[in-house]
Amino acid sequence: MSAESSPKIVIVDESPIRAAILEEGLREAGFTGVVHIREMQSLLARIYALDPDVILIDLENPSRDVLEQMFQVSRAVKRPIAMFVDQSDAASIQASVDAGVSAYIVDGLKKERIKPILDLCISRFNAFSKLQDELDRTKSALEDRKVIDRAKGILMKVKGLTEDEAYVLMRSTAMREKKKIGEIAQSILTASELLK
Amino acid sequence: MIAPLHIGFIPLVDASALIVAVDKGFTAAEGLDVTLVREVSWSNVRDKLNIGLFDAAHLLAPVAIASSLGLGHVKVPIVAPFNLGLNGNAITVSPALHAAIMSEIDGSAMDPMATAQALARVVASRRKSGADPLTFGMTFPFSTHNYQLRFWMAAGGVDPDEDVHMVVLPPPYMVDSLANGQVDAFCVGAPWNSIAVDLGVGHILHFVSDILVRAAEKVLAVRQSWSEKNPEVLAALIRASARAAEFIEHPENRTEAARILAQPERIGVDAEVIQRTLDGRLKVSPDGARRESSRYLLVAREGAGRPDPAQAAWLYAQMVRWGQTAMRPEALKTAMKVFRPDLYDAALGQQGKATGPSDAIGAFAGPAFDPADIAGHLAAFRIGHWKP
Repeated sequence: MSAESSPKIVIVDESPIRAAILEEGLREAGFTGVVHIREMQSLLARIYALDPDVILIDLENPSRDVLEQMFQVSRAVKRPIAMFVDQSDAASIQASVDAGVSAYIVDGLKKERIKPILDLCISRFNAFSKLQDELDRTKSALEDRKVIDRAKGILMKVKGLTEDEAYVLMRSTAMREKKKIGEIAQSILTASELLK
Repeated sequence: MIAPLHIGFIPLVDASALIVAVDKGFTAAEGLDVTLVREVSWSNVRDKLNIGLFDAAHLLAPVAIASSLGLGHVKVPIVAPFNLGLNGNAITVSPALHAAIMSEIDGSAMDPMATAQALARVVASRRKSGADPLTFGMTFPFSTHNYQLRFWMAAGGVDPDEDVHMVVLPPPYMVDSLANGQVDAFCVGAPWNSIAVDLGVGHILHFVSDILVRAAEKVLAVRQSWSEKNPEVLAALIRASARAAEFIEHPENRTEAARILAQPERIGVDAEVIQRTLDGRLKVSPDGARRESSRYLLVAREGAGRPDPAQAAWLYAQMVRWGQTAMRPEALKTAMKVFRPDLYDAALGQQGKATGPSDAIGAFAGPAFDPADIAGHLAAFRIGHWKP
């Protein structure tokens, strides 16, 4: 497939879920030539073999520096990489760095063809981190729930309170000390551990 | 009240002045509220500094120059008012390449000319036997590591672009790549050379101080526009860094400094390994042989903290020599202005000392370096992209 019909896009990402989310989005938008590289060994050789027009890499990936080599004019570099975006396009850089992704465009691809790829990439990366945040929040809420239940049990036993009274006591203490109820519950667990 | 500062760094021992400045409370004592942000790539550090996510950064000296010249990426003028260290890198080779060089060497293994010429013979015999070219790992196209490796091998007659492969590798991947044969050698900062030796997969062939007596390595970098808007904050940051650098150089503080640097959210390797590099007493061979050099890494000694524009000129000359940019007198001027001894002197209340054409670099090969005559300097080398 020639670059005119659909540019060949390589996604370099060690997270299979994020790469899948991005790949799906690109395919839906009509970009059919998408390849995902997960293995960082001999990264440059893999990329040269695929000869892509656009390379997308997540910013948590130390191998980003490997790609910088493609800016160099040397025997090893077949098609040099162009500037990531226009010198003037600071907003695009800001948006992609905020989203946690960087794009490398091989020389020759027109700017108007890059923009939709980059925009889609940024929105999918943002969607992924939102998902990740929600997952983390759910996990920590579940964790808090368990800690609170155990702390309640301790208060009920030691102070002879009902379940509701134990909860109210923790909540009012949390409000007074400007802490989260999970933190108060954790202190109760720690204290009871120490006093054992 | 001064706004909180975000400063990016890569987990390497040459970030020590910055890390100690923050963790020892020297920045707080200057009234600064600094959050250090550990990064995974130089590209990230550069971009986050450029767009303002970072106020300052631990940065490869050549990247500060490349950004100011718009080489390889968007052009953002950067200034370096404090040098985080001189030297500190080493060239480590696989046991197989070490044996091959030692069997070809004519002279002392400590002499970089002797090792470079031996390398040239190894390269020639590999070519004759049809073996793959050797592969050398370095950290970034615009890095001292890249230029130091090239300078060394070219002096012995090896063309880094024709006779071997030069590849960029993130420092944390260097050791694995040497162990699994993806690279035959690498040039990197501490602690990675020591880790390769400890694991028995590499020999330290040279400290870079064998190749260049003084080489600016990492700088404290800020955007020029930021430096102009925040002169007092910058001066405070320079003072805190200089105080930390002095602290680290006192032998009785080294254990504490190494412990601070070893924290998981800082460099995250064993304190003992870090202390070896601060002390300049490195295990160089898996058999336990050690080598000591007071020049391995200079953090504050010999005026290491004061940026020297002659160093910037040398780095610019390497960019020209290896075809990363064309020679332009105004670009040389811009490069030299990245290094700002005036800001350093002003912050520390010191009288500036002039840097003349005296050889501040001290390279093992070629004529003494004169920033006023880069063409003359480059003309002395046979191998390179630049032609008079």
